[in-house]
Amino acid sequence: MSDIRSAFENKKAFIPFFTCGDPDLETTRRCVIAAAENGADLIELGIPFSDPTAEGPVIMEANERALRGGVTTDKIFDLVRTLRKTVTVPMVFMTYVNVVFSYGAERFLPTCKEIGIDGLILPDLPFEEKEEFEDICERFDVDLISMIAPTSHERISMIAKEAKGFLYIVSSLGVTGTRSEITTDLGSIIDVVRQNTDIPCAIGFGISTPEQAKRMAALSDGAIVGSAIVRIIGQYKTDAPEHVGAFVKSMKEAL
Amino acid sequence: MGSKGRFGIHGGQYIPETLMNAVIELEEAYEKYKIDPEFNRQLTELFNEYAGRPSRLYYAGKMTKDLGGAKIYLKREDLNHTGAHKINNVLGQALLAQKMGKTRLIAETGAGQHGVATATAAALLGMECVVFMGEEDTKRQALNVYRMELLGAKVIPVTTGTATLKDAVSEAMREWTRRIDDTHYCLGSVMGPHPFPTIVRDFQAVISREIKQQMMEKEGRLPSAVLACVGGGSNAIGSFYHFIEDKDVRLIGCEAAGRGVDTFETAATIATGRLGIFHGMKSYFCQDEFGQIAPVYSISAGLDYPGIGPEHAALHDSGRAEYVAVTDDEAVEAFEYLARTEGIIPAIESAHAVAYATKLAPQMKKDEIMVITISGRGDKDCAAIARYRGKDIYE
Repeated sequence: MSDIRSAFENKKAFIPFFTCGDPDLETTRRCVIAAAENGADLIELGIPFSDPTAEGPVIMEANERALRGGVTTDKIFDLVRTLRKTVTVPMVFMTYVNVVFSYGAERFLPTCKEIGIDGLILPDLPFEEKEEFEDICERFDVDLISMIAPTSHERISMIAKEAKGFLYIVSSLGVTGTRSEITTDLGSIIDVVRQNTDIPCAIGFGISTPEQAKRMAALSDGAIVGSAIVRIIGQYKTDAPEHVGAFVKSMKEAL
Repeated sequence: MGSKGRFGIHGGQYIPETLMNAVIELEEAYEKYKIDPEFNRQLTELFNEYAGRPSRLYYAGKMTKDLGGAKIYLKREDLNHTGAHKINNVLGQALLAQKMGKTRLIAETGAGQHGVATATAAALLGMECVVFMGEEDTKRQALNVYRMELLGAKVIPVTTGTATLKDAVSEAMREWTRRIDDTHYCLGSVMGPHPFPTIVRDFQAVISREIKQQMMEKEGRLPSAVLACVGGGSNAIGSFYHFIEDKDVRLIGCEAAGRGVDTFETAATIATGRLGIFHGMKSYFCQDEFGQIAPVYSISAGLDYPGIGPEHAALHDSGRAEYVAVTDDEAVEAFEYLARTEGIIPAIESAHAVAYATKLAPQMKKDEIMVITISGRGDKDCAAIARYRGKDIYE
C-alpha cells in the first residue's frame, strides 16, 4: 500500500501538477519544493510524452519544451531521488502508456518503488486495459490510479469498486486546460463513487482559480490543478518557483 | 471485463475514459448494423451507384511483357469516386454514424484522400464535417484542402508536433473527447482503438472480395501474390483479407522507407519500429528508447505515419504477410514507370507497391499471377513529383 491516503486524511487535498523538465529539471525541482512548502498535499509529476492525446495546448507545449530540452525518463527518476531528500508528501507520476511500456514495466515499477513514487496515472489506460500493468503496480506498491469521466455513466461503479489510491474525476469533456465554467453534474458522479468505495476522489481538468478549487474540493476530497500551474511556469520560466509557491498557497487556503 | 479487439497480442483500446462509452456504443451499433439487411442494401447501393464499384481488375499487359515474369493485374481502386480506396470505409462509417443519430463527422487526413472522402460522404448524407490535417500536409496537398472546402468541410491545419498525419490523428482524438454526443470520429485506417481496426477492415475487405471473384472469372485460379502499400494499412488489409486463409497466396505490404531504413527519415514501421502502445492500440511504432514517438518521414503524406494497424502487426508476427520497405526514389521511379508503361498515374502511396512489384515480378514464373492494388490516383501528386524532379511547378 502507498502513502496516498495520507494526503486526504482530515483535510481537502490540493494536488498540483508539473511537467518535468519544463523549462528545465532544476526549475521543476524548485517548483515542487515550493509547492510542498506551501501546502501541496500530493504532487503529480508529468513525464513528458511526444504525443499527449489527453492534453490541451498548455500542457502539450510544456511537453514539447521539456523534450526539446532533452529530458528523459531516467533523468526524471534522478529528479525524484533528489526531491525525496526533502519532500515527504506523496508523489505520483502522470504519463502515457507508451512511456511505461517502452521502458518496460518490469524496470519502471521497481524504480518507482525505489525512489518513492506512490502512484501512476495513465490517461490512455482505461479500465478494460488496466491488466496491462495492475499486477506489477501492486507488486511494487504503486497505486494505478483510475479515472472517471463525465461520460462514464454506468461504468462509474465498476471503476470505483476496483480503484486504488485515489480516484481522478475528470470534471468536463475534452482535454486538459483551464475552463471558465464547469457544468458537469459532479455531485451525482461522486454519489455513485461513494456508494462503491471509500477511496478518496479528487477532481481535475479545468480548475484554475481558488473559487473553482474550493467548489470542486467541497464536492469531493480534493482538487487537481495542472494547466494553470504549467502556464505560470511557462510565463516565469526559471523564476517560476516563487510564483508557483504563492499560487499553491492561495489555492490551499481556499480549500 | 477484459481487453477487446485483439489481433494476436496487438490491438486493444488504449484511450481516455472519456471516450470509452463512445467506442462501446460504436461497437454495439456496428454489431447490429453489419448483419442488418437494410443497412447492407443501402451500403451496396452507395458502393455501386455512387462510388462506382466494383472497381476494375485490369490486366497490365505492357508491364507484364516489360518485366518478363509474373502476369500482372492492377486492382483499380484509383477509379473509385474521389480517386482512392478511402471512399469504401467512409461510406460505411458515415452510414453507420447516421444510423447512430450522429450529425457531425470528424476525420484526420494525411495526403488528403481520406479527408476528401469524408467530406464527400458528409455532403451526400447532409452531415457537418471537420477535417484535421497536419499543416505540413496542407502545403504538400493544397489541392485536396481546396477540394474538402469545396465539399463543405472545414479543414483545420494542425501545427503541433511534426504537423503531419500522427498529429492530425491526435488532434481528431482530442476533438472527439470535447464533443461526443453528435459527433462520429470517422477514422481513416485500420488503426486506433477497437472497434476501428475491425470496422475499417470489414468495409475495405470489398477489395479482396472483388479481386478473388474477378480473378476466378478471368483466370480461374487465385493469384500467387497480392501487393499493396501500407501506412496505417487500410488498402492493404482490404486487399489481403479474403486471401488470408489461402496460404498459397503471398501477401506483401510495401512500407515507406523514405530516404532509407538506415536513416532517421523513414516511415517503415515494421522495418524500424518496435512494440508499443499509441493512438489506442498495441502495435509496432517508430519510437526512441524512452518511447517517444519518432518524427517519421516519407515523400508520401499518406504513408507518413509512425505506426501500423494491429492486424498487420499480427500478420507480420505470424509470418502470414511479408512487409518490405520502398524508398522515395524507388516510389518516384515507379510512379513515372506506370504512367509511361500503362498510361496510369498512381498515387505516390500506391507507387510504393508498384516499385516492389517491378523487383519481384521478374523473379516470378510466367504462369504466376501478381495483383497490385492501385489504392489511389496520382493527380494530387503531380506537382510534388515534378518538384522532386527539379521542375518548378505549383498547383
